[in-house]
Amino acid sequence: MTDLGTAPEARQAHQRLSPLDAVHRAAGASFTDFAGWQMPVRYASDLAEHHAVRQHAGLFDLSHMGEIVVVGPEASEALDYALAGKLSAVAIGQAKYTLLLARDGGVIDDLVVYRTGDDRYLVVANAANREVVADELRDRTSPFDADVFDESDDVALIALQGPDALAVLQETEGFGLQGPGNDRDDFLAALDALKYYRAIAAEYQGEPVLVARTGYTGEDGFEFYLAPDRAPALWEAFRETGGSRVVPCGLASRDTLRLEAGMPLYGQELGRDIRPDQAGLGRVVALSKEGDFVGRAATEGGRPADAPVLVGLAAQGRRAARHGYEVFDGEGADAAKVGVVTSGALSPTLGHPIAMAFVDPAHAEPGTTLYLDVRGTRIEASVVALPFYRRPA
Amino acid sequence: MTDVTSLQYTPEHEWVLVDGDVATIGITDYAAEKLGDVVYVDLPAAGTAVTAGTVVGEIESTKSVGELFSPVDGEIVEANQAVVDAPELVNSDPFGEGWLIKVAAASLPALLSHDEYRALVGE
Repeated sequence: MTDLGTAPEARQAHQRLSPLDAVHRAAGASFTDFAGWQMPVRYASDLAEHHAVRQHAGLFDLSHMGEIVVVGPEASEALDYALAGKLSAVAIGQAKYTLLLARDGGVIDDLVVYRTGDDRYLVVANAANREVVADELRDRTSPFDADVFDESDDVALIALQGPDALAVLQETEGFGLQGPGNDRDDFLAALDALKYYRAIAAEYQGEPVLVARTGYTGEDGFEFYLAPDRAPALWEAFRETGGSRVVPCGLASRDTLRLEAGMPLYGQELGRDIRPDQAGLGRVVALSKEGDFVGRAATEGGRPADAPVLVGLAAQGRRAARHGYEVFDGEGADAAKVGVVTSGALSPTLGHPIAMAFVDPAHAEPGTTLYLDVRGTRIEASVVALPFYRRPA
Repeated sequence: MTDVTSLQYTPEHEWVLVDGDVATIGITDYAAEKLGDVVYVDLPAAGTAVTAGTVVGEIESTKSVGELFSPVDGEIVEANQAVVDAPELVNSDPFGEGWLIKVAAASLPALLSHDEYRALVGE
C-alpha cells in the first residue's frame, strides 16, 4: 500500500468539529480533514451510502459550509454588483446558483444564494472559501447601504437527499411555519407547493430553520439551515422517522454523487484560473443585467477560441481516471496531450468509469474518442454530454 | 480466522504471513478502511519476478488509488483471483479471503510486529 493521505486519526486541536460530531462518532463514522474541519468521510461503506441516496434517502452533515448574510436596503444592488448573477431578480423564498468572479473573470467561488427577505440574502460558500467570500463581499458591497455578516459559526447544515426525502420530511414531526401559530398543516401545505430551488422559512421544535429544496447529489432533496444546538435533534428525527429509508452519508459518497450529476466542485472543475464559460457555466454570468459587476469586462468577450472546455468522459471496464490524469488524442506514444482530468471515479450507479476533464475545444464534441492515461495505460473514453446521470422523471 | 498478532507488517500498511519460503501478502484493515470501498484490484501474474519496495499492483477504491508494494524479493506464486473477481473482499476480510499475492521469497527483510504496526497507525 502507499500513501493513505492522512496521519493516524488523532484529533488535532486546530481542527474544527461539527455540532453533529458526537452523533457521527456514535454512528462509527470515519473522518477526514476538510478545510480545517473533521467531517465524516463515510460511516460503513461509501458505495452503500451512494446507492442509498439514489434509491431511498441519504443524510449529510454539511455544517462546514460557510453561511454569509447580506442585509440592508441596497442588498440587492450590492449583490448585483458583487456577483455574476442578477440577484435583484430573485424572488423572496427563491435560491440561485451563482459565482463570485475575480476582475479577470476567474472563479473565486461558486455559491448558492437564498433571498430570505426584501433586503436580506443568505450566501452559502464552500468551506475552504468562506473567509475570502466574506472579505470580497464586504469589500464589494461597501459603497452600498448593505452589511455583510459571516454567520457560519451560528449555522448548521443538514441535507436529506433522495427519492424518499420528501416523504420522510412530510412524516417528521416538529415542523411548522415561522411566525404565530406555528402550524404543522401550514408547513405541509407550503412543502407541498415547494418547487426546486425554493425555500421555506420554517420552524423545527419552535426554532427557526430554513427548509430549502436544493442539493448537490442529482436527486430530489432538501437542505436545512438551523442553529447548531438544534442540529442533533433534527438529524436523529430524520433517522427515527425514516428508519431504513434514511442512511447517514459521508463526503466520499457526496463526491461520487455530484460527479455522476455532472456538478462542478470548486478546486477541481472551478478555480481562479478557470473562466465560467470554460466550465459550461456561461449562462450563470448575467451579462444582460444592467450596470457593472465584478468580472463583467473580462467575461464579455467570451473565452479565447483555444481555451480548454469541460467535458464528460465515459469509459469501459473498471479502471477510473483521477484528478490530474492526462487526456490524449490517440493510443500511441506519438499521440498529443489534449486535456487533463479534473474528477474521475468508477460510477457506482452506472457501473463504468466516468470523468470530467478540461480538453482542447477541437476534441470536445460528444462522440469524440479520447484516451485517458491511467497510470501508464491508455484507456479509451468517449466524450459524452453532462450529466452522466439524470434522475428518472 | 487469521491471528493478526502473528502476522508481520510493513509501514506501507501491508501484512505478511510467512509459511516456509512463501510469503502471503495483503493490506491491513486500517488501509482498507482508509481507502474506502475497493472496486478494482490489479495483481501481477504468477511467475512475475518482484523486487522489494517496488510497485507490483494497484488497489482502487471509489475515492482513490493505492499501490501494492512487494515487501520482499522473489517470484509471484499466486495472485488471488477471488479478489480480482470480487474486490470488496479486501474490505470485508482483509486478513483472510482478501489476501492479494503469494511470493516465493528469496529472503525476508525486517518487518514490523503487530504491536509495532498498531503503534505506527496510532491504535
